[in-house]
Amino acid sequence: MRRWGITVWLLCRKEALSLRRDGVLLGLIVFAFTAAILIVAYGVKAEVSHATIAFIDEDGSTLSRQLREGVQEPYFQAPVLVDRRTARERLDRGTLIFVVDVPPRFEADLLAGRVPSLDIQVDATAMTQAGLGVVYLQDIFLHRIADAMPRPVAGPAPPFHLVPRIRFNPNSESAWFTSVMQIVTDVTVLSIILVGAAVIREREHGTIEHLLVLPVSAGEIAVAKIIANALVIFVAALLSLLLVVHVWLGVPLAGSPGLFAVCLFAYVIAVSALGMMLATIAPAMPQFGLLAVPVYAVAYLLSGAATPVANMPTLLQKAISVLPTTQFVSLTQSILYRGAGLETVWLPLLVILISAALFLLVALVRFRSMLARQG
Amino acid sequence: MSDAPPTTGVPPAAPYEAGIWVAGVRHRYGRAEALHDVSIDLPAGATIGVIGPDGVGKSTLLGLIAGVRRLQAGRVVTLGCDMADRRAREAFLGRVAFMPQGLGKNLYPTLSVRENIDFFARLFGLDAVTRQARIAQLLDATGLAPFPDRPAAQLSGGMKQKVSLCCALVHDPDLLILDEPTTGVDPLSRRQFWTLVDQLRARRPGMSVIVSTAYMEEAERFDWLVAMKDGRVLACDRTQAILRRTGRATLEEAYVSLLPEAERAGASALSIPPYRDPGGGPAIEADGLTKRFGRFVAVDHVSFHIGRGEIFGFLGSNGCGKSTTMKMLTGLLDVSEGSARVFGRPVRAGDLESRMRIGYMSQAFSLYEELTVRQNLLLQARLFRFSAGEAERRVLAALADFALEGVADLRPGGLPLGIRQRLQLAAACINDPSILILDEPTSGVDPAAREMFWKHLVALSRGKRVTIFVSTHFMNEAARCDRISFMHRGRVLAVGAPEALVQARHAATLEDAFVACLEEAMAGDKDSVPVGEASAPVMAAAGRHVPATGIGGWVARAYAFARREAVELLRDRLRLLFAVGGPVVLLLIAAFSISFDVNTIRFTVCDHDHTQASRELVEQFQGSPYFVQQASSPDRDALEARLRRGEADIGIDIPAAFGRDVAAGRDPAVGLAIDGAVPFLGANIRAYAEGVVMQYEQAMMREKGVIRLDPSPVQILPRFVYNQEFRSVYAITPGIIMLALILIPTMLTALGVVREKEIGSIMNLYASPATVGQYLLGKQMPYVLVALVAYAALVLLSVTCLGVPLKGSLLALSMGALLYLFAATGLGLLVSAFTTSQVAAIFGAALICLIPGVNFSGLLYPVSTLSGLGYGIGMVFPAGWFQIISLGSFTKGVGAATFTTAGLVLAASAMGCMLGARLLIRKQEP
Repeated sequence: MRRWGITVWLLCRKEALSLRRDGVLLGLIVFAFTAAILIVAYGVKAEVSHATIAFIDEDGSTLSRQLREGVQEPYFQAPVLVDRRTARERLDRGTLIFVVDVPPRFEADLLAGRVPSLDIQVDATAMTQAGLGVVYLQDIFLHRIADAMPRPVAGPAPPFHLVPRIRFNPNSESAWFTSVMQIVTDVTVLSIILVGAAVIREREHGTIEHLLVLPVSAGEIAVAKIIANALVIFVAALLSLLLVVHVWLGVPLAGSPGLFAVCLFAYVIAVSALGMMLATIAPAMPQFGLLAVPVYAVAYLLSGAATPVANMPTLLQKAISVLPTTQFVSLTQSILYRGAGLETVWLPLLVILISAALFLLVALVRFRSMLARQG
Repeated sequence: MSDAPPTTGVPPAAPYEAGIWVAGVRHRYGRAEALHDVSIDLPAGATIGVIGPDGVGKSTLLGLIAGVRRLQAGRVVTLGCDMADRRAREAFLGRVAFMPQGLGKNLYPTLSVRENIDFFARLFGLDAVTRQARIAQLLDATGLAPFPDRPAAQLSGGMKQKVSLCCALVHDPDLLILDEPTTGVDPLSRRQFWTLVDQLRARRPGMSVIVSTAYMEEAERFDWLVAMKDGRVLACDRTQAILRRTGRATLEEAYVSLLPEAERAGASALSIPPYRDPGGGPAIEADGLTKRFGRFVAVDHVSFHIGRGEIFGFLGSNGCGKSTTMKMLTGLLDVSEGSARVFGRPVRAGDLESRMRIGYMSQAFSLYEELTVRQNLLLQARLFRFSAGEAERRVLAALADFALEGVADLRPGGLPLGIRQRLQLAAACINDPSILILDEPTSGVDPAAREMFWKHLVALSRGKRVTIFVSTHFMNEAARCDRISFMHRGRVLAVGAPEALVQARHAATLEDAFVACLEEAMAGDKDSVPVGEASAPVMAAAGRHVPATGIGGWVARAYAFARREAVELLRDRLRLLFAVGGPVVLLLIAAFSISFDVNTIRFTVCDHDHTQASRELVEQFQGSPYFVQQASSPDRDALEARLRRGEADIGIDIPAAFGRDVAAGRDPAVGLAIDGAVPFLGANIRAYAEGVVMQYEQAMMREKGVIRLDPSPVQILPRFVYNQEFRSVYAITPGIIMLALILIPTMLTALGVVREKEIGSIMNLYASPATVGQYLLGKQMPYVLVALVAYAALVLLSVTCLGVPLKGSLLALSMGALLYLFAATGLGLLVSAFTTSQVAAIFGAALICLIPGVNFSGLLYPVSTLSGLGYGIGMVFPAGWFQIISLGSFTKGVGAATFTTAGLVLAASAMGCMLGARLLIRKQEP
């Protein structure tokens, strides 16, 4: 056992030396955990935000102007005035999401109590914006209209009122969510590719074969490769979380960083083992690249980092609960946002550990047969 | 060639019209200078040998003469063409043929013999008739005519070199440059190769031939010689003149005598004490050893015994099964049949104990290029379980023993082959093994370094009684073994002491004996390659071809690349499967999973009131199809804990005296604690909860009739256009098609250029008159076609399987997709041209596509709502523009006219990527 430890340690150190020599790779890792996180954190708004809106104003009244002025950032961009044809064209081209149609004599009809109608056309293909955006617009318009009525609509006082408090992200800041989720995505993509490509490169250069004639077992080689590369990603991801996300972006980290670090390490090991498994399937680098793409893309789409798992069909939710990526996203949200402890995240952690063991086992079994095939 | 111009002298004032004139050329790689002020002057129409140890700059010099390597300093004028003049050089490339070092290095392994030659013929612009005629002649002349359809990967080393020669000669060059063409080839094939070159030359006397070689005996056949050492020219003269001047009988001796005094010392003759068997049973026993790979039998019932301390040699060509046999003995490969024993113990794969006693050196350099010499040795020693101190001591001893102290802290990458091999031997010996298994340890190593190497071997064998099992294709090395075995096509032809084998065949030399053995073995072999019986007059019939020019010629060359790439792709079933299957899997999974429809919102209630009113409020949530009640929370802390543990998405906190306050009109506050960890979800939950409560309040007020509710003064009518049912699948499917078609086609081409750089086949581009533009476009086309198949599959699946109707024009969508795929594959080529390693290319392609693809291209968040850098990326990256076309055609049902801008941007980005790649790829080696 001691011998095993020494061998793995020696091979890990060798991996570290190799990686240190590869400037381009290191540069890409640094990019993925710094600039890429910031670009996404600043660029992506996961809820209704900065949405494009236009008015077709056939009324031209004070009220219609007031309605327009009520539409404001951060939910909406400043509205533009368009004619009907331009509106349609821009909806078609996707440069407009909402078009509000104020009919002629709108204000006059309203004041006369003729209950005019206000049309809002919504591009329903912009799903993240359309549904909630309409709710917000209705709210804005009703308030503006109520204010504009000469005799205040003696709105009967409602019997009680709601005090909604958004927990864990009180101001619904997208960056809190997207930055952390981007770290998870980068960890997944980089681990799979780094370990997988490293195995294939060593295979193509014959260095794995060289190690196998020394008193070194395939298991030791595989484990060392996974640990060494996983460690690099682990450290990079953790630093990124602390420095880029916490310090720079000012995202509070609710839960225990120690607990998260443990879970992160387990996850990195799991996806690294997955990368190695893929490398044993692919005969050479081009095939490996193509094999890796759907794996990480699907893992990302199903993880809950793109769209919430809660929105997926119930059956699918059950099916994907065995995926380590999905469990890691759920665990990350629990620990970092909700401040949950081990009593909450033990199950996802267990799933990750089991999948790590499983991937590792398959990778090891295939490792030797891969070498035989190649000879 | 007695009509050659006079010997070297002062370089002529005017560029030398006919021959090769090199003046003051220097070349450096990083800090290392490969050529120091080289000047030579050689005639045209002659055969010229470039000799010298490994790493003296032979290949660099040949590359410069051929125009495939960038000239750094000095002048090179080849056949009247100045290599510094780009236009002249590119025109000149059509007159030269360059065969790079390495067996079949310029061949494409999955292409057949004919396809390989055909590719080169097309590259040089030969028309169909000339092509057919020329290929037939060359196949005849080289004896390859019986197997035109065999893939290059399945050829022996000798055959590979013949195919390479055919490829080089197909365009009838004026100058043929061969860089170590016979290294690693068996003696029979080597003889055949030179006979062939002589025949071809006899038919085209005007052709100049420059050959670099490490076999001195081969060099004697050339008219002229350039002897090099350490980047300098020792002599450049007629072969006879050099022999005369040095007064030596053989070139090997002549070369040594040209060296400076100090370096000759090591070249004394090597004496080997006779072998005495110490007894104790053989060290290695192989009985009926057989290895099959599928149907191919690599090693066929091989048997031999090697005594302890004996030097046993395996003599045979590349691919004859030497390496496979050795790998079976080390346990690297499983034995298909027969048995292998080492010191009486059967070889088993997992047997770590026996590995402690074996040192193995593989044919290719297999230590780490990223580690220094010292680090490599230290790692090796530590892996052999020596303590840190002991390992340190052994490494120092090894550095001294193998004269590696001077390079201890350098990386092996920049070292000459001889030193690299010595390092490998030092590594293999670090644990004082009882057996050394050495697979072609001296392949490509120059004579002096080989001598040094063998001294080590002899010392190990006779001094330390190490059993040495070595394979080689050098006759003089084989002659030094105690016993050797001739191997050919997986079988042992003969075993015995070298002298005994020579006598048994009544041959003059060991080489003759081996050749006799080979010829005997091949007599009944259907794969035998006859040579020298070429009946068709090569070159004469076809005459000089006129390469196609103008636009037709341009397209023809691009087509040559495209055709080759397509054939390679078609033979790679796995890659085809992934290229089409990957997008399909992605679409199916994403379409079923991505959804914005709120399913269930789990709520917990903390009711401090417990009255009819509070229960009624809770019932409102219970009655909503969107809300599902979880266990109630006794107090506020419990409610918060539920949220924290993710057991509920929303907590409803009803204050004490809620019922009383409502009745009294005191407007009590009901707390809603919403899980906002996922902001999008949080906002939805809030909107749904507020909706439920608003309905309830209105109902309450109406029911009580206390206050008459005014009718709303306005009717707000939201109309969902394009996707009336507001179903996610209609909005998401076009986006997933966009995503799949950027992720996978880009990955398809991302390795295209960088892999060719790593393998070395990019040399064919450097050495041909084809342009980088033709190369890139040719490389792109097949992938665009494959990606189009994937696109068609995606559209078909969307319409049939997913039920997403294509409301707009299929033609407009397809046109957009075509432009998009050009952009995506172009982006892949750009990544490939930019990166220096395959790993970095995969990495780069993954990051460059995934991050903008999912975030800034309108998949989830419309590009129009982005701001700042995100918006900028969305506008520059092609995916967002195709999203407009994809979504527009599928779900919005709008016409082609709407897509004009998007189409133009896609076309521009496709061209931009290709232009970028074009500028990044230099058409010469650095």
